Amino acid sequence: MGIGKTAFGAFPDRTLRSLAVEAGEKCMQDAGVSPSQIEAFYLGNFAGPAFVGQNHLAPYIAGSLGLTGVPCTRFEAACASGGSAFFHAVSSVAAGLNDIVLVAGVEKMTSQSTPKVTEILAGAGDMAGEGRAGATFPALFAMIARRHMYQYGTTREHLAAVAVKNHANGAKNPLAHMRKVITMEQALAGKMISEPLTVFDCSLISDGAAAVVIVPLERASEFTDQPVRILGIAQTSDYVALDAKADITTFWAVREAAEKAYKMAHVSARDIEFAEVHDCFTIAEIVATEDLGFIKKGEGGPYVFEGRTRLRAERPVNASGGLKAKGHPVGATGVGQICDVALQIRGEAGELQLDRHSIGLAQNLGGSGATAVITVLGSI
Amino acid sequence: MSNDMTTGVIYTETVVHAAPAEFVADAPYQLAIVSLDSGGRLTARITGERVKIGDKVELVEERAGVSFFRGVEP
Repeated sequence: MGIGKTAFGAFPDRTLRSLAVEAGEKCMQDAGVSPSQIEAFYLGNFAGPAFVGQNHLAPYIAGSLGLTGVPCTRFEAACASGGSAFFHAVSSVAAGLNDIVLVAGVEKMTSQSTPKVTEILAGAGDMAGEGRAGATFPALFAMIARRHMYQYGTTREHLAAVAVKNHANGAKNPLAHMRKVITMEQALAGKMISEPLTVFDCSLISDGAAAVVIVPLERASEFTDQPVRILGIAQTSDYVALDAKADITTFWAVREAAEKAYKMAHVSARDIEFAEVHDCFTIAEIVATEDLGFIKKGEGGPYVFEGRTRLRAERPVNASGGLKAKGHPVGATGVGQICDVALQIRGEAGELQLDRHSIGLAQNLGGSGATAVITVLGSI
Repeated sequence: MSNDMTTGVIYTETVVHAAPAEFVADAPYQLAIVSLDSGGRLTARITGERVKIGDKVELVEERAGVSFFRGVEP
């Protein structure tokens, strides 16, 4: 397996294609494969057509990577577009259809104004229902937060603890969009976006790309001395509209995907040493730690507030800084998480390197829980 | 439980400050998921006083396909 990422951030001079090409080339170099060896290209991208006006993105990018001739397909599953592309790439290799496959995720968001980005992102929800009523993505997660607070006593301080932790980690990540430590006071006093979520509860609008090369296990030694193994993977789905879900304080799709991925990997939640979870909003990380079985339902707030998921604690969550600090170029996120987990497993995470890093998990969430992709990675 | 789709209880709510381009002029506005007395839930706008989880609400009007509810005095 090879990995490659661009920095995440606001890059007014960079095009969507150039970001994807940079990540793809870094990744092929890391894997020691040439473009002519790649048998298929899977691209995760949420809204390239709306953000930059370009359709037919997979062959568009593949052409610049020297991959012409092979099947090139774009996957769209909102914020889980990258994870979904990865899941389908893994499926094709597991099925024996392809051996050497390149997966990339990319999004170029900062060329649009914030209200326009908010509008495009809202398209990942039910536009005929919640969207028409004026729901934004922060609004949907704010309503999840309110209900979680009501049912379980979660507080704004618990939410802010996610932001403080992830910014502390992100400050040490050279590829993060926002490398800035914040205090609890700052997090609580942030500009209100959608009550009770402030700007510090929301991930960033970013540009960026990430890529991975996957090969069958039996061929891994041809490319690397340090292969990272995909132990388990699952993609699941649920209703798009938040008001169609019976209980919005939990993501059924995440629980279901976790169960399947754990089963495939022959592990339980207890065995996961560290995780990169989809903290598009602070509440989402709290819910994720519950849905993944790291902590009992309703106790995700105190779990992070007490520091149990910090860098040097019992089970580090979002050691990379998460979407909160790294940035959230939507289509790139799911692939970027795989890169981050793989980097830890290889022991190449620099200042952020964890002590226990032989088995890690990536959780990628689409919309307000309509798509979930969970991958368990391990050393051989 | 009645068959009345015009009354319900607040399941969850938020006040939107950062609105999408189309609704910037309305912000800040309160958005809620209403558990209808007739069953099912609906994402709606709230007019008048702010409401909180558990409050009873009633339908005021429907505009451009969006239901507007308001709190009912207990």
